[in-house]
Amino acid sequence: MSAGVMLFNVLCLAVPFSVAILVAALGENFNQRAGIFNLGCDGIMCMGAFLGFMVPYTLRAGPLAPYGNLLGVATAMLAGCLLGLLFALVTVTFRASQGIAGIGLQMLGWGLSGTLFRHFVGGVTGVDGIQAMPIPYLSKLPFLGGVLFNHNPLAYVAFLLVPASWFLLYKTPWGLKVRAVGTHPRAADTMGIHVDRTRYEALMLGGALAGLAGAYLSLCQAKMFSDDLVAGRGFIAVALVYFGRWSPLGILGGALLFSIAQSFQLSMQVWGIKFPYEFAVMLPYVLVIVVLALARKARQLGPTDLGKPYNREMRF
Amino acid sequence: MDKQKVAYSGTVILAVSVIAAFLVALVLLAIGASPLETYKTILTGPLSDLFGVTEVLVRSVPLMLVGLGIAISFRSGIINIGAEGQIQMGVIASTAVALAFPGLPKLYLLPMALLAGALAGALWGGIAGWLRARLQVNEILSTVMLNYIAAQIYTYLLRGPMLDPTELETGSGTPQSMRLPVAAFLDQIVPGTRLHTGLILALVAAVLVWVLLWKTTLGFRMRAAGAGAKAARYAGISVEKYLVVAMLFAGGFAGLAGAVEVTGVHHRAIEGISSGYGFAGIVVALFGMLHPGGIVPSSVFFGILLIGADMTQRSASVPANMVLVLQGVIILSIVSGQSFLRNPYAQERLLRWLRNLVPTALRSKKGVQP
Repeated sequence: MSAGVMLFNVLCLAVPFSVAILVAALGENFNQRAGIFNLGCDGIMCMGAFLGFMVPYTLRAGPLAPYGNLLGVATAMLAGCLLGLLFALVTVTFRASQGIAGIGLQMLGWGLSGTLFRHFVGGVTGVDGIQAMPIPYLSKLPFLGGVLFNHNPLAYVAFLLVPASWFLLYKTPWGLKVRAVGTHPRAADTMGIHVDRTRYEALMLGGALAGLAGAYLSLCQAKMFSDDLVAGRGFIAVALVYFGRWSPLGILGGALLFSIAQSFQLSMQVWGIKFPYEFAVMLPYVLVIVVLALARKARQLGPTDLGKPYNREMRF
Repeated sequence: MDKQKVAYSGTVILAVSVIAAFLVALVLLAIGASPLETYKTILTGPLSDLFGVTEVLVRSVPLMLVGLGIAISFRSGIINIGAEGQIQMGVIASTAVALAFPGLPKLYLLPMALLAGALAGALWGGIAGWLRARLQVNEILSTVMLNYIAAQIYTYLLRGPMLDPTELETGSGTPQSMRLPVAAFLDQIVPGTRLHTGLILALVAAVLVWVLLWKTTLGFRMRAAGAGAKAARYAGISVEKYLVVAMLFAGGFAGLAGAVEVTGVHHRAIEGISSGYGFAGIVVALFGMLHPGGIVPSSVFFGILLIGADMTQRSASVPANMVLVLQGVIILSIVSGQSFLRNPYAQERLLRWLRNLVPTALRSKKGVQP
């Protein structure tokens, strides 16, 4: 096998792998830019994955069957939005410790998706899911066509979300508000920006994106649901935000790096290079720690009030 | 006043529990189970006979140990989510030590096995502490990642190097280690049940943690580092050092919990030995207000919940994942409630309201005293 073909295979696999963590990380970026550290991202992804699977699964025989996937994605995003709202209530209104609250939300989403799945579905069942949609003409391009233009519709959406969230953050009044409340909430408050409301909005948007990421996992990547489908991807997404230095483009780079590492490891097994399976599974998690250690110098680029609840009644 | 504070915390915890129970009831209704029936089974089922009570205590032992460790770390300002991985490391180390010296008498072997478990857990926790202190790696993310890594190492060892040779011969392929020598077993307290002396160990540990945190300089410095890193630094306390020390303690207690599980209950390393104690321990610690005096009862309470949830799975077909939902909701409610705890105005208002609840006759009697 030539090196070119090997590279092609690795990249073709890497792009779909990157979608879920990319979308979730873009959502988490809005949260962190607004100053809220949302570790519940993983739990929201679990609920998104479950609902993305459950809705088309329930509708599969009914008259709504053709819209099942679309409704599934919409429900997943709505549920993500609501969980973001819940997290906002806990961390913004009640000003709870965000790290611990995030773990609570993660347990809630993880447990709830598992409970509902076992009750309503039970065993392993597949769904048709969303099929790949090669883009006419572009997908015929040599090399690039297969790597970039032969994917799931949601993958294209994900990559369009990168410039979209850049535009939203840096070129709209709302984006400015988000960055202001994450960096200096008191100044923002003085200028008449509703700190709490902006944080609520950012958390709901971030939640919706995490729900979308979950729906991608169940509907496009696995075409099924199980308890351990998400497998900590939400936490990887949080780490990606650090790695990407709170910029959508950096996050895209990080997501691709991660998924290339992962698909390289899978390809190595296909090529017959033997090492224990468990170490292969471990790789992305080790990578997260390494990445976080390397990204520490970028800390000053981040939102300065990340993780601090804002209380406008405080007098210092 | 301290008494007032306790009354206030108690009231908030009670309110939080009621809210959490209500939210979970909504989920139970959604899956078509009767909330009242389910709660009745969960809370009374495990206590209906002696065996049930001992099983509750068996579960509460690892919860108590993990909860104590987590309380130390939270009090020191480092959030340890990695108890699950630290437990597994403890299980591996204590199993390995017990299997390596099968001929030693109990007097040496059992303490060695327990100590090995605690050390392994401490080292695994210490990694996250060191990463935070030296490289400013967020400890929540690193401990979560170390959980996933530990789980893979654990499965690898149980399926490969530590696999019971008889499993290989018979070909049944259950991933588990060899049975420990009897000299490494913790004794049973009540014959015929699984209740073991680990309970006494955990209770002693609770007292020691109280002494450590409130009666020693080390504990004071750790709590100071947690309460306000900046102020602590001004006072000459090396915050980074105490972060690592706190994680060593937290990991050590989680590792000890793993060692106690393997020497007291299962007598060999099996898959799924931790069964979520690491996460439940967080809830136990928070529910116990991060104080040993609260953690001991709260670990028993969560022991009841875990056994009860198993029972409802069998009787009322409520999936056992429900425990996770319950834990998540409790965490969210507690951290929300804590903002009221920290707010002196809310505290004052609630206490006044509570005082008004006390019958007037009683109050007037008290009023006579100066």
